[in-house]
Amino acid sequence: MDPALLPVSELLPRLRRRELSPSELLAAYLTRITAHDGTLRAYLHVDAEAARTEARRWDERYARGDDLPPLAGIPIAVKDIICTRGVVTTCGSRILEGWRPPYDATAMVRLRHAGAILLGKTNMDEFAMGSSTENSAFGPTRNPWDVERVPGGSSGGSAAAVAAGLAPWALGTDTGGSIRQPASLCGIVGLKPTYGRVSRYGLIAYGSSLDQIGPMTRTVEDAALLLQALAGWDPLDSTTADLPVPDYTEALSGGVRGLRLGIAREGMGEGLQPGVRAAVQQAAAVLEGLGAHLEEVTLPAIDYALPTYYLVATAEASSNLARYDGVRHGLRVEVPDIVEMFSRTRDAGFGPEVKRRIMLGTYALSAGFYEAFYLKAQRARTLVRRDFERAFERVDLVLLPTSPTVAFRLGERVADPLQMYLADIFTIPVNLAGLPGISVPCGFADGLPVGLQLVGRAFDEPTVLRAASAYERATDWHRRRPPLDGARVS
Amino acid sequence: MAIDPARVDHVARLARLSLTGEERAMFTEQLRNILDYFARLQELDLTAVEPTSHVLAAANVQRGDAARPSLDRAEVLAAAPAQEDGFFKVPPVLEPA
Repeated sequence: MDPALLPVSELLPRLRRRELSPSELLAAYLTRITAHDGTLRAYLHVDAEAARTEARRWDERYARGDDLPPLAGIPIAVKDIICTRGVVTTCGSRILEGWRPPYDATAMVRLRHAGAILLGKTNMDEFAMGSSTENSAFGPTRNPWDVERVPGGSSGGSAAAVAAGLAPWALGTDTGGSIRQPASLCGIVGLKPTYGRVSRYGLIAYGSSLDQIGPMTRTVEDAALLLQALAGWDPLDSTTADLPVPDYTEALSGGVRGLRLGIAREGMGEGLQPGVRAAVQQAAAVLEGLGAHLEEVTLPAIDYALPTYYLVATAEASSNLARYDGVRHGLRVEVPDIVEMFSRTRDAGFGPEVKRRIMLGTYALSAGFYEAFYLKAQRARTLVRRDFERAFERVDLVLLPTSPTVAFRLGERVADPLQMYLADIFTIPVNLAGLPGISVPCGFADGLPVGLQLVGRAFDEPTVLRAASAYERATDWHRRRPPLDGARVS
Repeated sequence: MAIDPARVDHVARLARLSLTGEERAMFTEQLRNILDYFARLQELDLTAVEPTSHVLAAANVQRGDAARPSLDRAEVLAAAPAQEDGFFKVPPVLEPA
C-alpha cells in the first residue's frame, strides 16, 4: 500500500523499524501532490526543497538509532493562517501576498520540537472567513470526492490534502466550524480543542474569543497524537489555560459503556438533508449498541446562535483587521495622502467577504448600534453557553450533525452570504461556548461523506476522543478513499 | 436603523475602506438582508442576562519584568512596503511648516 495513505500511528512504527525512511515517505506525498494538486489546489505553497533537507536529517538520525522526538520525520500540511518563519504566509489574501513572517507560531515551534516536517501551506477562505474555500484570493480548492464540489471551509485546503493523501495530516483553525465542517465534507477527522487548550500566538487573528488551532487527520488516534504535540500553556498567549495536559492516546481505549450521550433535538430538525439525518441516527445507534446510554437534550438558543456568532466574530474581526494598512507588511497602494493610502490599500487588498464582515462588525460596534447589536449578541452568547451547561448536567457528550448538508457545488452559494453562513449552524454554538468538538466520518449521502459531531465539556478532550475512537473502531467509514485517480475537471 | 447607501459610506469611512460604486450598491443590499435576519435577536429579553466577552474564567496574566530578546529589526523591516533609517516609512502626516 502507498505509505501516503496510512495514518501517522502506522507510519511511526514503520519509521522506527526502518522499513521506511522519512525521505521515502516525503517523496510519496510529493509524488501525489504533483499528480493531483493541479486539479485539487489544496496547497498555496509547497516547500519541497526545505522538506527534503529536513527529511534527510531525520533519515540519518533514524539510521543511527538515536533517541528521537515523538513525530520525528512526519510531514505536516499547515493552514496558511499560521505564521511560519521565513515561509510565505498569505492567509488566503492579496493583502499579505508574499509576506514572510519573522517568527513561527507557537504551534509551529511545538511541531518542530516534536520532529515534524513542514510540507506546505494550505489554501483557505481569506482570513478564514467562509465555509467553502471559494473566498481564497488564489482560487478555490476542490473536494477530492467530487471535484465539482467545495471541500468546505475555511480550512478546505487542509481537509482536501488529508483526504487525498497529499499529506498525512494537517493543521486547521476553527472560529465557527472551520476545522469540523471541511473535515465532514471531505470524510476525515477534525478536532476543535477547547478554547485556551492550544496557543493562538502566531495564528493570524479573526475572532480572538473564538479562534482555535486543531488537528485534521485520517483517524481519531492521529488527532490524539497531534493534539498531544500542540496542547499546553504558552506564556505568549495569555488566554491559554495553565492546566495539565492529559495523555490523549491513553484516553482512546475504554469504550463508551455507561457513557451518557445526548442527541440535540435541534440538530435533527428541519433543514437537515435526509441522508445526513439517516447517517447521524445510525451512528447514534452504533454508539448505543456499544453500551452508551442515549437520551435527547435540547439547545433552544441555537436559533439565535447564527446572528450571535456573526455579530461577535465580525466585531472582533473589524478590530483585528485594522492592522492591515500598508505600513508594516504586505500590500501598499502608494498615494500621497496617508488616510487615502490606508483605505485604497484595504480596498485593493481585501476580497468581498472580508470587506462584508469588516463592514458588519464596524456597524455593530458603531455609536447608536452597539447596544442593539454587539452587546445584545454578547448576552445571547451567554444563553448558548447555558444550554450546554444544562445539557452537561445530564450527559457526558452532546451529539449533532457536523453540517446540515453534504458538500455543495462550487458557485452554488457564492451570491447569497446568508445561505453560506447556514453551513455552520451546528458548529457555531460550540465555538460560542468555547467547548471541544470533533467531527468523525459516519457515512455517505448521495455518494458524499457525512460527519458526526461529538461535543464535550471544557477541557474534556479525553472523553470526546474516547467516544470518537470507539465509534471509529466499530465502523469503517474512515477507511473509504475518494475516487481520486479517475477524477477529472470537466 | 435602515441600511442605505449613505450609512454604508459612513461605515466604510470608519473601517477605512474606499468602496467602488458597485460595491456600495452590493453591500447596501447584502447588509440589509443580513441585518434583517439578525433582527431575530431583538425577540429576546436579555436585560437580566450577563454578557459573555470571554468563555474562560479570565484573570490578569503578568510575566516577570525581565528583558527578553525581541524580533530582529532588520528582519521585520524587510517585510515592510517601505522603510528608511530603521523605521517604517509612510506618506507625510504633517504639513511642512
